[in-house]
Amino acid sequence: MGQLMLGLVNGSFYAVLSLGLAVIFGMLNIINFAHGALYMMGAFLAWMGLEYLGIGYWQALVLAPLTVGVFGIVIERTMLQWLYKLDHLYGLLLTFGLALVIEGLFTNGYGVSGQPYSIPAELSGGFNLGFMFLPHYRGWVILASLAVCFGTWFGIEKTRLGAYLRAATENPKLTQAFGINVPLMVMLTYGFGAALAGFAGVLAAPVIQVSPLMGSHLIITVFAVVVIGGMGSILGSILTGLGLGVIEGITNLLYPAASATVVFVIMAIVLLVRPAGLFGKEQ
Amino acid sequence: MSRKTLAYLLLLAAGLAAPFFVYPVLVMKVLCFALFACAFNLLLGYTGLLSFGHAAFFGTGAYVAGYAIKGWGLPTELGLLAGTAAAAILGWAFGSLAIRRTGIYFAMVTLALAQMVYFIFLQAPFTGGEDGLQGVPRGTLLGLVDLSRDINLYYFVLAIFAFGFWLIYRTIHSPFGQILKAIRENEPRAISLGYDVAKYKLLAFVISATLSGLAGATKMLVFKFATLTDAHWHSSGEVVLMTILGGMGTVFGPVVGSSVIITLQNELADKVGSLVTVIMGSIFVICVLLFRRGIVGEIIALYRRMVGQKG
Repeated sequence: MGQLMLGLVNGSFYAVLSLGLAVIFGMLNIINFAHGALYMMGAFLAWMGLEYLGIGYWQALVLAPLTVGVFGIVIERTMLQWLYKLDHLYGLLLTFGLALVIEGLFTNGYGVSGQPYSIPAELSGGFNLGFMFLPHYRGWVILASLAVCFGTWFGIEKTRLGAYLRAATENPKLTQAFGINVPLMVMLTYGFGAALAGFAGVLAAPVIQVSPLMGSHLIITVFAVVVIGGMGSILGSILTGLGLGVIEGITNLLYPAASATVVFVIMAIVLLVRPAGLFGKEQ
Repeated sequence: MSRKTLAYLLLLAAGLAAPFFVYPVLVMKVLCFALFACAFNLLLGYTGLLSFGHAAFFGTGAYVAGYAIKGWGLPTELGLLAGTAAAAILGWAFGSLAIRRTGIYFAMVTLALAQMVYFIFLQAPFTGGEDGLQGVPRGTLLGLVDLSRDINLYYFVLAIFAFGFWLIYRTIHSPFGQILKAIRENEPRAISLGYDVAKYKLLAFVISATLSGLAGATKMLVFKFATLTDAHWHSSGEVVLMTILGGMGTVFGPVVGSSVIITLQNELADKVGSLVTVIMGSIFVICVLLFRRGIVGEIIALYRRMVGQKG
């Protein structure tokens, strides 16, 4: 049961990150390789805030994603926006370079060993559910991630702004002709996606040691999750993320040696059976 | 004799003379990565497929060759062949999966599959885990030439590189290479002309993976060990960087790109430490933003402009 819970926690991170990737992909048509680095930045900002400025977990949960989001907007304005007319692969390459730069800078400053970040006092301890012990913090991670995922889904599918967003994804030129500022929406989308990564980073900080390499390990798995789920639907990426986290947890229980590779094996099977991904549309 | 042949002969002469002027091990490293990048370029530059997992083939070549020589006691040349063959088989398996998707998904699939290989090398009993496979003897070539001397090994490595480069050159300039370019330019059109695009892509992928494996096996022989670094996604990124910096879709671009990157890493490693990654990343960003044609591509464009102005 503990492993299953841990799987759900990991799955929540997969869900939030692949959701961010999907949102960015929908609007900008690029795969954000820097997503892992932004996630790491979120965690590091939380740690640095506590270490140098005495900013607590709850403030960090708001401030760190905001900072990462602004950082994302700067990236979009200064670099990414010049690439939209080119092959999508250039966006991937650019963000790969950015990921190397961000990761290298943090490695240079703090080394590769992890920094501990303690669980906030309000969330230490746990419930005894009778059949298992549930640490409060793990429950909180799952709930907070689900809330954010649901909020994003609601925002995109049910609000006016979300309708503009979907229209701009479908046909940017026509949407612009209706007087909607599409470049602004693109900028905000990238910022929002980056902020989502930063938020996941802060959530992860007390669970995982904060280290400059934490993002790159995770992002490749998230890529596999995205390939499995397909980026067509938002609910799809959330469900795939959670589901794969649970599968990873179960594998860790039954056959620990395979837990690192199980997601990739599933990806290979999905590619054989349904190349477009579970929730993807055939081109 | 045409100008082109003369240029190749001059380059060959430079390659033969190089170890008398530069530290041979460094040149051998450059040659191995140049072969790796050329093999990668066949896929990215000429077929338009961005693989982000080529380190898997490079690493497999290195590990299997290393284990064949050290563990099974195979002679050197058979060990290299074993490594290359393993990379070819892996290339066929990954290629058949990856070509089911295109574009960005192709990049993500190859990256994820390569990460799986990385984890297998990390955990498998024969690879030495985090330490890597160390102390592989270089042995002798056909039982005659002692390869433990750097200068002998150098000419062996140069011959391997020349063979690989020739093979890629022939592939690019063959009818098969023309079809690859057609797929790169306009895939639906190539399909409508009746070409079995999937088959061509797969074959290009396998050739590229095989030569990447050969490059990895050769690199293992030079340094006498195979490490996890060879199979890490950083290596996949590095080969992309070498190809783009030099100029993708040009015959010599990858050679130039890998020479620059390896020399740079060699010069900087002890001076700036972990900032090397930052510098590599910055070169990446600058290349993508400012000069996408790469060094050789820019030179060709410049040359064409000058000739065009005269005519």
